[in-house]
Amino acid sequence: MSNLFSRRKLITTGLATAAGASGLAAAARLADRYGLIPPDHGGIYGVGETLTYASQRLLMSHHSLAREFDRSHISKVFPVNGDAPLDETYQRLLAGGFAEWRLRVDGLVARPSVFSLAELQGFPSRSQITNQACEEGWSFIAEWTGVPLSYILNLAGVLPRAKYVVLFPFDEYWDSLDMPEALHPQTLLAYAMNGQELPTPHGAPLRLRVPRQLGYKSIKYLGRISVTDTLKDVGEGLGSRSPEVGYSWYAGI
Amino acid sequence: MLLDSPRHSAVVRITHWIATLSFLGLLVSGIAILLAHPRFYWGETGTVGMPSLIDLPLPFVLAGQTGWGRYLHFLSAWVCVLTGLLYGLSGLLTRHFRKTFLSASSAYNVLQRLTYMGVVFVLFPLMIWTGLAMSPAITSVLPGLVEAFGGRQSARTIHFVIAVLLVLFLIVHISMVYRAGFRSRVGAMIRTTHEQPILTP
Repeated sequence: MSNLFSRRKLITTGLATAAGASGLAAAARLADRYGLIPPDHGGIYGVGETLTYASQRLLMSHHSLAREFDRSHISKVFPVNGDAPLDETYQRLLAGGFAEWRLRVDGLVARPSVFSLAELQGFPSRSQITNQACEEGWSFIAEWTGVPLSYILNLAGVLPRAKYVVLFPFDEYWDSLDMPEALHPQTLLAYAMNGQELPTPHGAPLRLRVPRQLGYKSIKYLGRISVTDTLKDVGEGLGSRSPEVGYSWYAGI
Repeated sequence: MLLDSPRHSAVVRITHWIATLSFLGLLVSGIAILLAHPRFYWGETGTVGMPSLIDLPLPFVLAGQTGWGRYLHFLSAWVCVLTGLLYGLSGLLTRHFRKTFLSASSAYNVLQRLTYMGVVFVLFPLMIWTGLAMSPAITSVLPGLVEAFGGRQSARTIHFVIAVLLVLFLIVHISMVYRAGFRSRVGAMIRTTHEQPILTP
């Protein structure tokens, strides 16, 4: 009787394991096809990272809007982490009031383009009062004004096989967004903060604002945007500078 | 004193130790994240230069260095939540909760039962809730999660206070296990069944 029981147990366990393994393999294929696997999915923390990214991507209808506030909520203190780039080109552009600065858009686009700051400011703009929350724990609320990244991407004409938008600043903190986040209406290329020109420590002349993710995803001092179908050949292939220094690529929590 | 020795089911024993591991992961990584900004605020915003609620006498030593802490925190959180779901479902289906927490013939006294119920049904769910309330992605879908607490910083503060309560529970839990007979109680959480009721001092 006990033999029979343990044999039955063995068979059920075996079947369950096989079903579990093939289920996992199928889930991995599906997740990859629907873009639910983050570029930093490797290593011991990769499982948690993938679960977080996949579940939040599934939960967010791609257009769920980050919370916005009214003007009375705007903070009185606006801390920053990091300094303006020491890069020579950046310092020269800064000294010239960014008159010579250009945003380059290239990669998988039908019309590679170059925009001056004045041109960007001439496009339809969006202003939003959102929370900037640092992964360290602090947060502040400010108003950002800029042109939606989606507007620039549509001007350049993103090719169908595009999967990511890579953003290169004048410092080392390059980053990338998946297409749902890049095309999201609140994802801004911001050139103004609280109704003023973007202050230098906050990323002048142009910074990213991704209010559905934590602060470090909203990189500053932008110079170039490149559309791609793979992140493998950018930096260490982990999707952004953050995983190279120990932080996750996806910053939704 | 002859105690009725609790016989823990396989699900209870396995989920207990997985939860223990994930709790330690959450605690260690939580302390690391705390050391990036050991100060708490109320409301929506808060940072150095704004009025604070709790200033812990700790240095801001890990600012910009808690990437590993965040990775470990969320990995452990997933393990803890999935294990908790398994425990909760099984507790409901097998009537483990009813027998252990609600029945008068439970092996535990009223205070113990209330404490366990508080930890399982109040503190852990609140911990998950306040944690999710700090996610700008989640609150874009469910803004009520954070609005219920009056803002992101309030949620962060409550998250910390509950963490302290859970650590206090852990200390009391371990000391009571120690008083009731460390070997036999830990053994009861590891072995399948007891052949004999355990005699404890």
